[in-house]
Amino acid sequence: MSAIQQGVKTIQRALPAVNGHRAWLAGLLLAAGWLALPSMGIAAEGTGAGPTEYRDVPYIGSRTLVWIVAQLHLLLAGFVLGVPIFAWLCEVIAWRGGEKRYDKLAKEFTKLLTSAYATTALFGGILLFLLVAFYPKLMNYLTDVFFPSFLLYCFLFLLETVTLYLYWYGWDAMQEGRKKSLHVFLGFLLNFFALFIMIVPNAWATFQASPVVIAEGTAFERAWAATWNPTWWPINIHRLIANVVLGGYICGAYAGVRYLSVKNAEDREHYDWMGYVGNFIGVFGLLALPFAGYWLMREIYQYNQQMGITLMGGFLSWLFILQAMLIGVLFLGSNYYFWLGITYRIPGSESKYRKAMLMMLVSLLLCLAVWMTPHSLVASIEEAQKMGGAHHPLLGVLGVMSAKMTVSNLMILITFMSFVMYWRAGKRDTAGWAAFGKAVMGAILVLASIAVIVLGVWGYFVPAIVRINYFSTSQVLIVIFVILTITPLTALLLKSAKTTTEMVWGSMPPRAGYSLVLNAVMVILLMTLMGYARSSSRVHWHVYGVMRDTSPYAYSPALGSASLIMAFCTFFFCILVAFIFWVATMGDKYKTAASAGKGELPHGIPAMAGGAPNKGQQE
Amino acid sequence: MGALGKPIILMVAMYMFLKFVLPNIPGSAPLPSSLIALYLLLTGSGIVIFETLSKESKDAFWSPIQRFLTGEKMGGLQALRYGVLIFFPLLVGWQTYGSTAVSDMPPTESRTIHPAPPGEYTGLSNPVPKTPENIMQGKGFYAAYCSPCHGGNFDGKGPAARGFIPAPANFADPTTIAMLQESYLFWRIKKGGVGLPIEGAPWKSAMPRWEVELPDEWIWKIIMGEYDGAHQSPRTWE
Repeated sequence: MSAIQQGVKTIQRALPAVNGHRAWLAGLLLAAGWLALPSMGIAAEGTGAGPTEYRDVPYIGSRTLVWIVAQLHLLLAGFVLGVPIFAWLCEVIAWRGGEKRYDKLAKEFTKLLTSAYATTALFGGILLFLLVAFYPKLMNYLTDVFFPSFLLYCFLFLLETVTLYLYWYGWDAMQEGRKKSLHVFLGFLLNFFALFIMIVPNAWATFQASPVVIAEGTAFERAWAATWNPTWWPINIHRLIANVVLGGYICGAYAGVRYLSVKNAEDREHYDWMGYVGNFIGVFGLLALPFAGYWLMREIYQYNQQMGITLMGGFLSWLFILQAMLIGVLFLGSNYYFWLGITYRIPGSESKYRKAMLMMLVSLLLCLAVWMTPHSLVASIEEAQKMGGAHHPLLGVLGVMSAKMTVSNLMILITFMSFVMYWRAGKRDTAGWAAFGKAVMGAILVLASIAVIVLGVWGYFVPAIVRINYFSTSQVLIVIFVILTITPLTALLLKSAKTTTEMVWGSMPPRAGYSLVLNAVMVILLMTLMGYARSSSRVHWHVYGVMRDTSPYAYSPALGSASLIMAFCTFFFCILVAFIFWVATMGDKYKTAASAGKGELPHGIPAMAGGAPNKGQQE
Repeated sequence: MGALGKPIILMVAMYMFLKFVLPNIPGSAPLPSSLIALYLLLTGSGIVIFETLSKESKDAFWSPIQRFLTGEKMGGLQALRYGVLIFFPLLVGWQTYGSTAVSDMPPTESRTIHPAPPGEYTGLSNPVPKTPENIMQGKGFYAAYCSPCHGGNFDGKGPAARGFIPAPANFADPTTIAMLQESYLFWRIKKGGVGLPIEGAPWKSAMPRWEVELPDEWIWKIIMGEYDGAHQSPRTWE
C-alpha cells in the first residue's frame, strides 16, 4: 500500500508541471491502466513476500471450523480413551471376583470402541487436513519441532489398533483359564498404549501454551525439550482423570436412556445396575479431578503471570464461575442418584437416611453457593454504588481460591459419604467393634472437615505461596486420608454385616435415568468450556511468546459467542455418541428380534416341508 | 397446597434474608440482584431435589402443582388460578421488556478485577533490597502520594476515597495485593488507569500514571511499604 501511496504522491507532484496537458495525460494513464489490468493477477502471485501463512473459508471462518473439529476430536478421544479404562476395570472385577455381569458390561462397552475409534480417527484426520490447510506456517513450525514425536505417534496408533482388534475380536475366544489372563493383559496393553496416544499430542498442545524452545541439539533433543514443558504433566494427569469421568458418565447416560426405554424386567435390572456402575466410576474420577485441575492452574500461573491472571482474574475468569455451576450440577446430580438409589433400591431405607440426606444436601448447596460467588459481581451502576464497587465488602472474600479450594474439598467429602451411606444401607453391623469403628469413622470425618475449614480460613492470613504449597496440599491430603481410612474400615465392617434388605435392581424412577443423562451432558459441557479456556489463555499467540497469531482471527471471541460454539459441540458430540451406540447395538437388536421370531415361529408360519423351522436364520 | 407451603415459605424467607438481613450486618452492603437470583436458584434446586427423593414426597410436592396446572379439584380457588395464569405471563413479559428495552441507564457491568499485565512486566522482581530503611522510605512515599486515596491505614479509606466509584483498593483486604506479585503492582502504579489493557474494557480506574512523576526505584520502595504496612505478603513461587 505504501508503494501505491508514494506513486500517487509522485504523480500529484508532477501534475503542476504538466498543467496544460492534463486532459491528454489523464487519458494516457487510463489507457495504460486498462492495458495493464491482466498483469495484476500475475503480480498478485508474484509479489507475495513468502509462502502462504493462513487460508480461510467463507461464512464459518477457519478458526471456528478448526475449533469445532478439534473439540469434537478431543471429546471423542476422551471417550475412546476413557471407555477402555472403564471396560478393563470391569473385566478385572469380573475376572478376580467371578461376577459375570461385569464381564458382560465390559464387553458391551468394548464393542462400542471399534466404531468410536474409527470416528475419532476420522475427526483426527479432518483436523490434521484443516490445520495444514488453514495454518501452514504454524504447522511447519510445529512439524520442525516435533517431527520425531509425529513418527512415534503413528507407531503408537498401529500398536493401539492391533491391540484393540485382538482385545475385541478375541473376547469370546479368550474366556477361560490362561487365555483369560492373556485377554486381561491385552486390555492392560490397550490402556497403556492409549495413555501414550494421549500424552504425545498433549505435548503439542501444551507446547503452544508453555513452550520450551532450544535452538541447538538434534531433532530428538529439541522435540524432547519441547515435550517436557511445564504444563505437559499437569494436562496429562488432568485429562487422564477426566477421561475416566467422561467414560463413566457416558456409560451412565447410555444405561439411563436404555433404562427409560426397555420393556422387560430383566433389562430394567441390567440397565439400572449399569447406570449405578457408570455413576460410581464417574464419581470415583470426579473426586480426584479438582486436585488435578488445581495443580494445572498453579503450573500455568507459575509459568506465566500474564496467562495465569488472564485465566483466573482477567477476562476468562468468568468461565470459572460457569465451571463452578456445571461442577455443582454434576455433584448434585451424582449425589441425587446415590440418594435415589438408597430410597428406591433399598426399601425401607428412606426414613432412616432422609435426615442425613437433607444435611448433606444443605451442606452441598452451601458449598456450591461459596464456589459460585464471584470475586467481582455482576452489578448495575446503582448496585455497584451501594457496594462501593463490584466487590461486595462481606461476600467478596468468598471469591478467592482459599474459599473455593475449601468448599471443593468439602463437596468431595460429602459425595464420598453419600457413597458410604449407599454402601451401608440395608445392612446391619454384627461385629463387636462396630460401635467403636463407627465412632472412629465419625470422628475422622468431623475432624477432617474442621481441619479443611480451618486451613481454608487461615489461608487468608498467610502468604500466597504458603497457602498454595502447604495449606491447599494439606487439604487435599486430609481428604485423601479420609477416603483411604473410611473405605477399608467400612469394607471390614460390612464383611460381617447382615443384609436386612436385599437390593432391588430395576426399581428406580425415570428421573434417575434423566439425572444420569444430565450428568453426562454436564461433563461434556465442562470439557468444551475448559477446552476454550485453555486455548484462549494464549490470547493472540499461536505459540505463547514465540509465534504470534497474525490472522484476522487473532482476537479472543466474546464469551457469549464462545458459549454458542461450546453448546453446539456438546450437542453434536451427543448426536455422534448416540449414533455410535445405535450402530454398535444394531446387530443385537436384530439378534433379539430374530430369536424372538424363532420362539414365535411354531405359532406363526408353518415350517416349510422338508426344512427345519429355523433354516436360513442367522444365529 | 399443604406440601407446597414449606418450600414457598423457605423461598420467601431466603429472599428476605438476602434482601434485608444480610445487607444490614455490620460491614456488609446490599447484594446485587444477580447474586440474589443465584442464591435463590440454588435454594429452589435444593427444594426440588429434596422433595423428589421419594415417591411419597414427590407426589405430595408435585400434585398441587399438577392440580393447579390442570385445574382439577381447585374448588373456590379457580378464580385465583386464572388470575395467576394471566398475571404470571404478563409479569414475565414485563420483565423481558424491561431488560431489553432501550434505556438511558448504562448496561450492567461484569467488571474484571485483575487485568492481565503486559508481557514485559511479568518476569520482573523487586530490585530494591528489602531493608528496614527502604521499607520506611517506601512508607513515606506512600504517605505522600498514595494515602490520600488508599488511606493511611492501607484500607482504601483515604480522605479522597469517597469521590471514587469503584473505591480505591483496600490493601489490608487479603483478596487484593496479597493475591498478586510485586511486578503486577509495579505495572499498575507505573502505568495507572490509562495504561490498562483493552481486554475487559471499560476499565474504571482513576489511578494516576506515576511513571511521569516517580522514578522506578521509588515505585519499588512504595510496593515494599504497602505490603509491610498492610501486613500482607506478595505472591511468590518460592
